Amino acid sequence: MTEMVYYYDGSFDGLLSCIFDSYAYRERPVAIYREEDGIPTLFASRTVTTDTAHARRVLRKVAACSPAALELLHKGFLTCLPDKEVYLYRLVAKLLREGPGFLQNFSDETLHPVAAAVRHLEGEAHLLKGFVRFSDFGGVLGGEIEPKNRVLPLLRAHFCARYQEESFFLYDRTHREALFYAGGRAVIRPLEAFQMAPPDAAEARYRTLWKRFYDTIAIRERENPRCRMTNMPKRYWGTMTEFQGPEHFRAQRSPAAVSAPGAPAGIPAPGTPPGSGPSAPGSAP
Amino acid sequence: MDVLEKLTVLTDAAKYDAACTSSGGNRTAKAGYIGNTSSSVAGCCHTFSADGRCVTLLKVLLTNRCVYDCKYCVNRRSHETKRALFTPEELADLTIQFYRRNYIEGLFLSSGVYRSPDYTTELMIRTLRLLREQYRFNGYIHAKAIPGAAPELVEQLGLLADRLSVNIELPSETGLKTLAPDKTKGAILAPMRQIQLRNQQNREELVKYRHAPKFAPAGQSTQLIVGATPDTDFHILRLTQGLYDRYRLKRVFYSAYVPVVEHALLPSKDTKPPLLREHRLYQADWLLRFYGFRAEELLDPEHPDFDPRVDPKCSWALQHLDFFPVEVNTADYETLLRIPGVGVISAKRILSARRAGRLSLDNLKKLGVVMKRAQYFLTASGRMAEGLRFTPDSLLRNLIAAERPALPQQELVQLSLFDSV
Repeated sequence: MTEMVYYYDGSFDGLLSCIFDSYAYRERPVAIYREEDGIPTLFASRTVTTDTAHARRVLRKVAACSPAALELLHKGFLTCLPDKEVYLYRLVAKLLREGPGFLQNFSDETLHPVAAAVRHLEGEAHLLKGFVRFSDFGGVLGGEIEPKNRVLPLLRAHFCARYQEESFFLYDRTHREALFYAGGRAVIRPLEAFQMAPPDAAEARYRTLWKRFYDTIAIRERENPRCRMTNMPKRYWGTMTEFQGPEHFRAQRSPAAVSAPGAPAGIPAPGTPPGSGPSAPGSAP
Repeated sequence: MDVLEKLTVLTDAAKYDAACTSSGGNRTAKAGYIGNTSSSVAGCCHTFSADGRCVTLLKVLLTNRCVYDCKYCVNRRSHETKRALFTPEELADLTIQFYRRNYIEGLFLSSGVYRSPDYTTELMIRTLRLLREQYRFNGYIHAKAIPGAAPELVEQLGLLADRLSVNIELPSETGLKTLAPDKTKGAILAPMRQIQLRNQQNREELVKYRHAPKFAPAGQSTQLIVGATPDTDFHILRLTQGLYDRYRLKRVFYSAYVPVVEHALLPSKDTKPPLLREHRLYQADWLLRFYGFRAEELLDPEHPDFDPRVDPKCSWALQHLDFFPVEVNTADYETLLRIPGVGVISAKRILSARRAGRLSLDNLKKLGVVMKRAQYFLTASGRMAEGLRFTPDSLLRNLIAAERPALPQQELVQLSLFDSV
């Protein structure tokens, strides 16, 4: 087996094609990098072309070995684990070599990094189910998050069920993609730049009410900033209404989001799902 | 009075209620309605207040006007404070608009006793009905059953809410008599029993008819105030256990007494709330619910209070050193759960992992076992951690040292040469 560095296009199918090629060409990838990151290497390297047919074959094989491994593979790709590609490759390679027995052992050296990263992803998604804040822009709800992992695919089912009669979008600042939902259809699309519109009078009023509720509910005699930070790390505060400055609660004249500079042109009007286009990686339904 | 001011007054009056959970519900979304309760079994926290408590529901009183005169309560009749009353429309609008913005998981509606328990309960029912039927709200609702309200009204309340609760408030009847002269033990326990029986009956109905209306599907809970009366931890824990066993409660909440009023029968106003004691009680509560402990194992009449220095499980382990060390490769689930530093998740992982091969100490850390506590109480393949030497005395000291950084620190005092020691 020759050792090799793979470059791929950054998509999930691309990673699966790498795994496929490693078997087809009897190579062992020591690292798998995204092409756009352009990390130079001294190893022999190769750019793998994404082939959906190859990707399906890998997925079918993994699913046949163990449905749990399939879920790990899907979710593992969404995590912020450094070099997640090569960890996922090793997981699949071990699965095909030894069978699914090692998946029961959480402390297994191949499984543990992936399983721990997936736990981190799921934990972050769970926290964000609560910490996401929407604003009402003339009937359309909009919100922003800044997560470490790509949580939008995990949040989709939750928010689409909860607000099924509404239209909303949720922008992920870190990974520059957004979840759009309208009229029973949801998509995740890459979105380069996005700026939230200022609130109108009604929105500013509810923000003020919420801020007042938040400030009042705390018992002064029990104040415990460390406990609060353990439960709700500060990196989430940036997008939460109750921690914003006075500007956030002041109403502006412009009533809708669309007029804001840099707002995406494609905020769906209620009832019209955004048109078809290339779907963001990892967002396959 | 505008809504902002009402919200301020009625939140301020409601904040001493400890319970704020959205757990136990599993209602999925319905077409034409807004919301669901199925985000996760454990509920979902939407923010944490400055005191570190989870905020998941819009926790307000319907009104803080009250005919009762409970000595420990901010809303008692004789206390001079601003009074307010939400109209059902105002409260329903607030709930829906907060819910749409994902500020909250639902509504926690409690109330002072306005005119009479029946009248107050009727007002609450009207609010909840408006929210459920007109605003088509399908999210979580936690409602307080007012002691002394007619059973028919409690029944209606239960059909609208996900969870009901009746607060016991004071852990003993003597405390109740002196501090809450308008309430009786009987009046508190009657609705509790009614909710339990009705809930049980409802479960049978649901087996027979899938669409039978659900009565408080997320069960009931209660709250005890700790530190207002001289009751011991043993008494409180025994009471808790009785409530879990006999009333099938989902949760018992403890609320460290925050002195809000000066009264001869109460701790003076500058006493700090007994937060550490509350913390130990919660730890013991978890041991009762998930770890198979009984109140009598943790405490007894000779040791009626918890050791503030170590957690109840360590404390138990120190008194039962003959039970240890436990061999993790062979011990059963119940035994694993008794090891300090091993929790429900790590115990399950141990069971699963040892099917794939023998476990060593290195594995345990990755499985989530807290080794700084657990290392004294377990062996892996017959071995303890290398170089570990201890006697029962030093063991206690080590466990205290391991926990100290996590506890609230005592204020540092500058030493002076001239202080008399």
